Amino acid sequence: MSQAQTQAAPTPRRIDTWGAIVRYSTLSALIALVLLNVIFTKNFVSWRVLDVNLTQVAAIVIVGVGMTLVIATGGIDLSVGSLMAISGAIAPIIFLNKVVVIGEVHVAVAVAMIVAILLAGAFGWFNGWLITRFRIQPIIATLVLFIAGRGIAQVMTNGSLQPFKLDAFQWIGLGRLFAPASASASGFHGVPDQVVIMLALVAAAAWALKRSLFGRQILAIGGNERAARLAGVPVAQVKRWVYCINGLCAGVAGLVVIAINSSSDANQVGLGMELDAIAAVAVGGTLLSGGRATVGGTLIGALIIQLVRYTMLANGVNDDVAKLVKAALIVAAVWLQGRGRA
Amino acid sequence: MTASATPPSVSPLLAMRSIRKAFGGIPALAAASLEVAPGEVHALIGQNGAGKSTMIKILTGYVARDEGEIAFDGEAFEARSPQDAQHKGISTIYQEINLVPFRSVTENICLGRESRRFGLLDWRAMHEQARTLLARFEIDIDVRKPLLRFNTATQQMVAIARAIGFKSKLVIMDEPTSSLDEREVAVLFDVIRQLKQSGVSVVFVSHKLDELYAVCDRVTIMRDGRTVKTADMAAIGKLELVASMLGRDVAQVAKSATAFGDRHGRISEVVLAADGLSAGHKVHDVSFSVRRGEIAGLAGLLGAGRTETARLVFGADPMRSGALTLDGKALSPREPIDAIRAGVGFSPEDRKYEGIVPDMAVAENLTLALMPQLARAGVIDEAKQRAIVEKFIKRLDVKCSGPDQKIRELSGGNQQKVLLARWLAMNPKLLILDEPTRGIDVGAKAEIQSLIKELADQGLAVLMISSELEEVLEGSDRVFVLREGRSVAELPHDQASEAAVMAAMAHGDTDLIPEESAS
Repeated sequence: MSQAQTQAAPTPRRIDTWGAIVRYSTLSALIALVLLNVIFTKNFVSWRVLDVNLTQVAAIVIVGVGMTLVIATGGIDLSVGSLMAISGAIAPIIFLNKVVVIGEVHVAVAVAMIVAILLAGAFGWFNGWLITRFRIQPIIATLVLFIAGRGIAQVMTNGSLQPFKLDAFQWIGLGRLFAPASASASGFHGVPDQVVIMLALVAAAAWALKRSLFGRQILAIGGNERAARLAGVPVAQVKRWVYCINGLCAGVAGLVVIAINSSSDANQVGLGMELDAIAAVAVGGTLLSGGRATVGGTLIGALIIQLVRYTMLANGVNDDVAKLVKAALIVAAVWLQGRGRA
Repeated sequence: MTASATPPSVSPLLAMRSIRKAFGGIPALAAASLEVAPGEVHALIGQNGAGKSTMIKILTGYVARDEGEIAFDGEAFEARSPQDAQHKGISTIYQEINLVPFRSVTENICLGRESRRFGLLDWRAMHEQARTLLARFEIDIDVRKPLLRFNTATQQMVAIARAIGFKSKLVIMDEPTSSLDEREVAVLFDVIRQLKQSGVSVVFVSHKLDELYAVCDRVTIMRDGRTVKTADMAAIGKLELVASMLGRDVAQVAKSATAFGDRHGRISEVVLAADGLSAGHKVHDVSFSVRRGEIAGLAGLLGAGRTETARLVFGADPMRSGALTLDGKALSPREPIDAIRAGVGFSPEDRKYEGIVPDMAVAENLTLALMPQLARAGVIDEAKQRAIVEKFIKRLDVKCSGPDQKIRELSGGNQQKVLLARWLAMNPKLLILDEPTRGIDVGAKAEIQSLIKELADQGLAVLMISSELEEVLEGSDRVFVLREGRSVAELPHDQASEAAVMAAMAHGDTDLIPEESAS
């Protein structure tokens, strides 16, 4: 598709302007949504509302960061939700001392988190290996773990719910930074830890995409894989790392979700996350065919989707209707991209 | 500049007058005009950046003009899109094939105007229609097979057939011959003459001057966004044509046909030796060598296995058997990166498909291969990158608004310079150039040729593939001729006459259709 489109590209200047409009429109849509809420939603301007929205969006953004890199190479990863379930299943098994007993709780939690994230990363690497070794289309290759991954998580937990209450672990979903000593009148309770993690990941990925060798190689592969290979870019290696990073992100997000829920349910953790993450990337203005990516856009895209949902719920609209609006948003974003390229 | 041509006696089929167009403030066309008479084959020539493509894009509705009038078939003409232009009788054939490779020939030809019966596709009628159309081009293939099963030349013919099938009054051909061999060019010319007889006009864009004289009636020459000359082909000499295009004196142009000057065979150590290479079904037994400071030419007809051989040396395709040595050491690259590390650079034939990363900036395209060396702890040293990029932009005279301009906005010649710079920045021992001047205008072509010569004079070993006999003959110190995947001759510069090379290409075979039998 890209060949025909680049051929049809008649006026380079206009494309740049359109690119700017696409990016600008994402941001202005977010601003418009906020303004709309300020006017119509009661008690919108409060720390509590900001808190709720950011807390809910964090997991999507964390997965979205990895997904942005995957899509930048021209790929896609459907398995992230299942990888979250795997990460969410293995961590409680370890820190609840079900397999081996680790006396010191902080050590147990640290081991649990590291093992969970690395395991998800390893499965991500496996996705990349399938794609590069056997030249399977990413959508098919990652379908393997999309299906099998949740099964693996269920087998690990025997399909049962793992409830827990452990502050040493749950800081990742419930903890806060800069919390005031006493409850302040403003309602400010500090910054949720997962929001800090989210912002750190967004910043790191945005920086890497722009400044690092790895980032340039990702964009070169997405922009023209053949040319990249002929210029000595280690295409297979870069792709494996990208899918691995995506797995690591999903692992972190899995931990955040079970920490919020105080329980791990292999059937529920990360369910539908792949679609939310891809939607955030698309709405954010990353080119779905690869070669052009913006991690900041993904953050904005996720915020828009979250805010739309919040707006509707706060104003008494059914959640199912909110899904329709989400779908409409994606269509609008992809349409804008099409305009930008034509 | 005078418009010396006799005006067509009948009113023109197409008249574009005082066309202006600027892209982001930079004028691409200023007072350009073009007139085509009914049933006329009209050449449109000019250097890259002269405005030919913009003229065509305006005519076919890809871009809108800023100012000017267009009249077509006696009426004011306005195309909102290429489809709209096609409906109104103007179709276009681009140098890149604009078809759907996975679908059958029939589907490609009938795309957008399928025959229907009772609401279903009438395949029988459509296959018949496709077959009839292709018969006009003396092409007899199974139209039910997917397009990608046929070679590039056949695909190009399908594209032409598709365009003409629309009952066009005007067909625009943008470098239609760039991927055809001589026999197919002859067929194409017959078709053009046929079109002409049936009253269809053709606008013919080509960089190959001989072709213009062979088939065109009149010529419009553009330079810097203006129409500088319109003349009858019979009344204008080759030299004058080139001089008008370049805006130079006739005497200046007369010196040499290509910018290589005269090459002499060199006696120096061998950099690359290839012995008995074979791979796939296109390369069977190829041997050659390239010495330091030498330009070695690989000649052969379309499908002789030249590109495939080059890709083997570079590790882009797997080798079945044979041996490569680089500077005396065995070379067995499994991936391009291995060859690059050993000191080989490769500039592919199809810039758009395998060379440039269109959405990336000139700077990033130029340093794509060098990038690992520019990074410290994984972070690109942007100051160093910029310094290198600016050095090469200046050295190769790349015309761009700056290192940050996207490469797809550059003309073909300037893109090629950036790709050359990509390898020069690596300081390679051996540079493989596959069709280094294809689709590039006369001026940039001369620049690139003299650059290649200069590089060889400085000691670089160059392996050059070119379908233009003139380029291989004048440019190479030695010419290796391939035929159907086998080395058939090695000719030093003074023995590499046109006759000798052509004889080698055709040697021992009465059937001169190499790509058919090779596939």
